[in-house]
Amino acid sequence: MANRLLVKGGRLVDPANGVDGAFDLLIEDGVIRRVGRDLPASDAAVFEVPAGCIVAPGLIDIHVHLREPGQEHKETVATGTASAVAGGFTAVACMPNTEPVNDHAGITEFILKKAAEARLARVYPIGAVSLGSRGEQLAELGEQKAAGCVAFSDDGRPVATALLMRRALEYAGMLGVPVIDHCEDPSLKGDGVAHEGLFASVLGLRGIPGVAESLMVERDVSLAELTGAHVHIAHMSARQSLRAVRAGKERGVRVTCEVAPHHFTLTDEALDGPVKYDTNLKMNPPLREAADREAMLDGIADGTVDVIATDHAPHHADEKMVEFDRAPFGIVGLETAVPLVFDRLVHTGRITIRRMIELLSVNPARVMNLPGGTLAEGTPADVTILDPAMPVTIRAAELRSRSRNTPFDGWTLRGGVVSTLVGGRVVHAATRESHR
Amino acid sequence: MSTTASRRQDAPSAGDLAPASLRSRHLLGIAGLDAGEITLILDTAEAMKEIGTRSVKKVPTLRGRTVVNLFFEPSTRTRTSFEIAEKRLSADTLSIATATSSVTKGESLLDTVRTLEAMAPDMIVMRHASSGAPHLLARMCRSAIVNAGDGMHEHPTQALLDAFTIRAHKGRLAGLKVAIVGDLMHSRVFRSNLILLRTMGADVWTCGPATLLPPGLAQFGGRLTTSIDEAVEGADVVMMLRIQQERMHGHFFPSVREYFSLFGLTPERLRRAAGDVIVMHPGPMNRGVEIDSAVADGPGSVILEQVSNGVAVRMAVLYLLAGREGQGGEA
Repeated sequence: MANRLLVKGGRLVDPANGVDGAFDLLIEDGVIRRVGRDLPASDAAVFEVPAGCIVAPGLIDIHVHLREPGQEHKETVATGTASAVAGGFTAVACMPNTEPVNDHAGITEFILKKAAEARLARVYPIGAVSLGSRGEQLAELGEQKAAGCVAFSDDGRPVATALLMRRALEYAGMLGVPVIDHCEDPSLKGDGVAHEGLFASVLGLRGIPGVAESLMVERDVSLAELTGAHVHIAHMSARQSLRAVRAGKERGVRVTCEVAPHHFTLTDEALDGPVKYDTNLKMNPPLREAADREAMLDGIADGTVDVIATDHAPHHADEKMVEFDRAPFGIVGLETAVPLVFDRLVHTGRITIRRMIELLSVNPARVMNLPGGTLAEGTPADVTILDPAMPVTIRAAELRSRSRNTPFDGWTLRGGVVSTLVGGRVVHAATRESHR
Repeated sequence: MSTTASRRQDAPSAGDLAPASLRSRHLLGIAGLDAGEITLILDTAEAMKEIGTRSVKKVPTLRGRTVVNLFFEPSTRTRTSFEIAEKRLSADTLSIATATSSVTKGESLLDTVRTLEAMAPDMIVMRHASSGAPHLLARMCRSAIVNAGDGMHEHPTQALLDAFTIRAHKGRLAGLKVAIVGDLMHSRVFRSNLILLRTMGADVWTCGPATLLPPGLAQFGGRLTTSIDEAVEGADVVMMLRIQQERMHGHFFPSVREYFSLFGLTPERLRRAAGDVIVMHPGPMNRGVEIDSAVADGPGSVILEQVSNGVAVRMAVLYLLAGREGQGGEA
């Protein structure tokens, strides 16, 4: 007897198939069987979608750090995917800077085994470009792809040399997967801890200029052009980088890019806020100045930015409760992304809900060649149900992530996640209390 | 806790000094002070300076109070100055330097300070290499925190003693042309002085090589130039900053020789300044690097006076913060 679930009511937004309207969704054995108006329930269980809510293809975060193996005090595959589904994400791609670095098939297999045990979000490992991400020797990308890696990156640091990046692009291009680069010129970054500008100067913090990022973006765009391969720019933050990506796209280079919610929400001015030197405002790339945030918002609206990805970077409270320049870079993002996108992008009129779904589901799937990003009949039933009007107060203490390092604690935002379905299974359902 | 009650009991009576107080129970930087508070500290320091001229240089003001000097960076003059200030106020003092602290054993700053706090000190005077370290303590700890220099951020008591010294010579701060020359980017002395002098209405000119100007400096306020001659022209005060020779390795300047030829303060250059110019330096000096010995030891030099005044200014700060605590205020 088939296991059937009817998702009934709400507005179904499926940009990949040009569908937007009052459609129901019939799921059978974890697969979308039918999309149509007023489908009969017959013997199916019924999931009543609250009025005004959006039924979307499952959201996909292509930039998270699950920290396992090696840093389980920050996060595990289980806690990270619990955080993901609570945030509306049915799939995540996890970066290889674990301990040891994910540069071998055995580690990829271990992560996939942990993900299968957790049975929450789908997990797509990203392998290291170079052994140990040291920038010296290519990792076995072919073996890694066969084991399940969907892309390659030395995230946390840039692909070290132009030659290595060229070879990685050629080789990954042969395998049909992208290279993701953490763009940063190491000599210009130096031991910087904050965006180079007025506020770093006022607070006496060593600066990282925006061009430390954009110089590397320009290198990568040129190398993608040379090789014809696909480069994806991680966590873009500087206006100069956006210009480089835009110029590359205009001449047909295979370059895509992502922006993290904190970079379209906050600026470096926050460092000088009521709580000075708050290490939950320390991430890399750093919070940049207002002109950069405006550029990110423009790029998100005009299509230059392909993807919103969180760069979910959990760190233990002990690690963050130190001097600013000694604290690790990064903040958690999985459970704050949807409210920030609704509140700062949709409700401000910068983007439509359809564009929001493109940025969080359709494009992430396309960029990484992942299944998902669609509600087509016959595809796995990964579905996220969103309420644009839901009042949400972020409470760091209530996050599902093992870590609490968010600068958004106490923020009240409008728009949240009602429910998350992975393979037709409800893996997260908001209680009324949880979002009040 | 019982310490609170005993603190109140032993609090000094306002007595012969001004009754006004500071708004914060910490001194984290000049940035938190208004002109009235700066004036209060400088006026209080005048009274404290007199104590240093007596044969018995000691008053009972902080008797029974415990002050910990916690220095995570090497320092001779600032630490000594605080220690003498504390002793002249009869505080019980303890100085800890990095080499002998638990920091070398991998303990975090907060754990180190909380361990000290378990022994109930009243104030912690801290020097630390990380900008914002005292702000972390002020947020997480009970003691009153005095910033004795944090990273590249602030060194508030240095700026206060500089202002005290200028006022002693010029009778005022407002309207004076003050040139600050040197490694502006890495200097906490510069930041505290710029904020203080601008708050008090001075005309501040900042000067250094283009590589050592903090980004966004124009928005700090004050005038900006890379010509020392322009900065010194008609100046009432010339304040030289220490240049660290290691900076050469960050490509900030090519050589000490070239630095001195472009930015060193020589008697010839000083002739452009006002006739009664005073020359200041927070120390330690690099003779022949940022300043010519003929200037450092010349008639306009007040460099040793700055050191003497440091004690009086630090006595004033400790006294005012202790009084602030005595009122039981929380801020």
